[in-house]
Amino acid sequence: MDNSQKEQETMVHVSINGRDFEVPAGSTMVQAMWYTGHEVIHGIGCLGGVCGACATVYRVKGDFRLRNALACQTLVQDGMSFSMLDSYPIQRAHYDVAHLSDPKEELFTFYPESATCRNCNACTEVCPQGIDVRDSVWRANFGDFKAVAELTMSCVMCGLCVSRCIAEMAPHEIALYARRAYGAKELPFPTNLRSRLNEIEKGIFSREIDRLLGLSPDELKKECEVKS
Amino acid sequence: MSDLVDSFYALMPEFDETSPPALSPDDRARLLESFYPDYRPEGKATIRVGPSAGTVVPEEIAALLESRSRIEGPRPLPDHPDRDVDILIVGGGGAGITAALHAAEQGAGVLLATKLRVGDSNTVMAEGGIQSALGEGDSPVDHFRDTFRGGHGANDPALLSVLVQEGPRMVEWLISRGILFDRDPQGNLSLRKGGGTSRPRLISAKDYTGLELIRVLKEDVVNAPVEILEFSPAVELLQGPGGACAGAVLWDLDSRKYLYVKARTVILATGGTGRLHLGGFATSNHFGATGDGLCMAYRMGAKLVHIDSFQYHPTGVIFPSEMAGMLITEAVRGAGARMYNRFGRRFVNELETRDVVASAIIRECSEGRGVPTPSGASGVYLDLASIDREAGEGTVAKRFPNIVKLMTRHQVDPTKFPILVYPTLHYQNGGLQTDQNGHTSIPNLLVAGEASGGLHGTNRLMGNSLLELFVFGRRAGLEAVKESRERAPFSWKEVSMAHVDHFEQSLAREFEGADRPMAPTLFPDYRRKDS
Repeated sequence: MDNSQKEQETMVHVSINGRDFEVPAGSTMVQAMWYTGHEVIHGIGCLGGVCGACATVYRVKGDFRLRNALACQTLVQDGMSFSMLDSYPIQRAHYDVAHLSDPKEELFTFYPESATCRNCNACTEVCPQGIDVRDSVWRANFGDFKAVAELTMSCVMCGLCVSRCIAEMAPHEIALYARRAYGAKELPFPTNLRSRLNEIEKGIFSREIDRLLGLSPDELKKECEVKS
Repeated sequence: MSDLVDSFYALMPEFDETSPPALSPDDRARLLESFYPDYRPEGKATIRVGPSAGTVVPEEIAALLESRSRIEGPRPLPDHPDRDVDILIVGGGGAGITAALHAAEQGAGVLLATKLRVGDSNTVMAEGGIQSALGEGDSPVDHFRDTFRGGHGANDPALLSVLVQEGPRMVEWLISRGILFDRDPQGNLSLRKGGGTSRPRLISAKDYTGLELIRVLKEDVVNAPVEILEFSPAVELLQGPGGACAGAVLWDLDSRKYLYVKARTVILATGGTGRLHLGGFATSNHFGATGDGLCMAYRMGAKLVHIDSFQYHPTGVIFPSEMAGMLITEAVRGAGARMYNRFGRRFVNELETRDVVASAIIRECSEGRGVPTPSGASGVYLDLASIDREAGEGTVAKRFPNIVKLMTRHQVDPTKFPILVYPTLHYQNGGLQTDQNGHTSIPNLLVAGEASGGLHGTNRLMGNSLLELFVFGRRAGLEAVKESRERAPFSWKEVSMAHVDHFEQSLAREFEGADRPMAPTLFPDYRRKDS
């Protein structure tokens, strides 16, 4: 995803961190920053929309609304004004998922603010992944961790929900706690994995593996049908 | 859809579902030799200095290995190190985090230094899944055979035997940390099919597998007794008594100062080289994938293996161009997605190994059967609609929500329109030579993850690199604890960058004083050159 090839030669006006620039239409916000000579280090990671490093706040021409997006995934528009919000301060619970004994109650030990949601829905409106964040907070409060896990699968931990929460909680961290507790404490251990682990434990495969390791390189290639 | 996208898809041909011709072993060999970048003579250089001298590699790799240090000589060290630790881990992706967690659990003092934030890595971007032989009728032995066949028999059998036998145990570990993999209605881990494998063997978290792994493991390592330094890439290793590794010099990207770390053992978990854009290819890699570990260790004399072998993943997005390089997981082909050329014909079995499929796409494009893009590139159609036709409406949205989300943001609905793809530089098959416990050829310097080589041979199968991170990340972490405990004490006065001086002298001799590029570059520079 470099900016070496551009389909469109049209230039648009944008404002980056309060300074005006002209950049090629069809650029993402990050590409617009490169184009204008910014060395982006904070606020960049995967460039593929999953690492959550490039949370950005922006406005478009003629609209008072404050919007949010991932800068590597969002194309600039004429008259757009944006600033990166690459790290939002949060308080993260210190816990070991293996040591949870009553995860649904312990949620309120680690994140007591979770219960203070005032239903304003700003978190949901801001989420660049389209997650129903407000619902996931309430599901967590009611102990429906399975629903939290399903609702928040695509969360990239960008923290934009924190930036808007009037109860000042970190909904993405609460969701992560609920997801982990669900996986480690509620879901039964997978049967197919259990049986395979038992077979490995009994050494069922080790003789055959040892035999393969004892073959000459050519014999091994023949055994494994190496084609080319 | 925007006008640009609209007019592009207006030119789409009718798709002909007729199966492509089957390939004989000879066909495959010819296809690879004629079109796979590893086997092409263009853009190659022969390494002249160091343990890999004589190896023909991409020019960008030669420039990385035969480079001068960022630190200019003479290279005196400060009177005291800034940190003195048992174990320094360089790199905060899946392998580095796994090593740190296992080492810290043993009570070792661990410093994890990483270029960007913890978790910023290729791991977080992994879409498809982890290979683990869990199905009935499948076994670690079949996993071994498939991987060895896929790797063209160049894999190190000893490494591979560890991977396939310890893999399931590491999946158990991941589940114990609360990582959520897809389940079938009976509660088993769902198993999907990848290219080049005889059985369905991929466990996944929809197409967010890497994200799910990193979300959880990042929280764990932040909560573990591990000191973490972010925005602090290593730029040089330090040498101690007997030529052993003795720490590293970190570069603080914010204060722009060096930080000197003395360590009893160092683990390199620095990942791959995609952002060097070998042969001008776009890449699916994260922003920091510039091969730092290879370059630093090579100066110290570390041996490399298969450093001429890279994985060009067949299906990187090529249109719209702002997405160039972004990966479309192989799991879509496992699920039944088809590929077509500009005439609407299928041209290769979509489930051949990655190198064969990539070669076939390059062949179509270089012989005029590619689909031209408005920016002058070309690609082939990857049609996901056949998945929904075969497995039922809504399957793509359910199994590949990330792809649907990302493509839709760029005005292409992949459930209705094919994605235009071309191979994207995805993975470094080779790397630092290693053994079952992560040793390199340099004492007290270990390696884990993509920076290492040998396990995958010369073509990696999907899902084996995620498994590798955990199996060999753990082993490297535990071995580092052992080595740091057994190592005889040494003083800071015995530590130096003498190996860098020697390496640069060899470069000057071999290149007759000609200026060499500086490395590691740490990041690609995409800024407009005249800005």
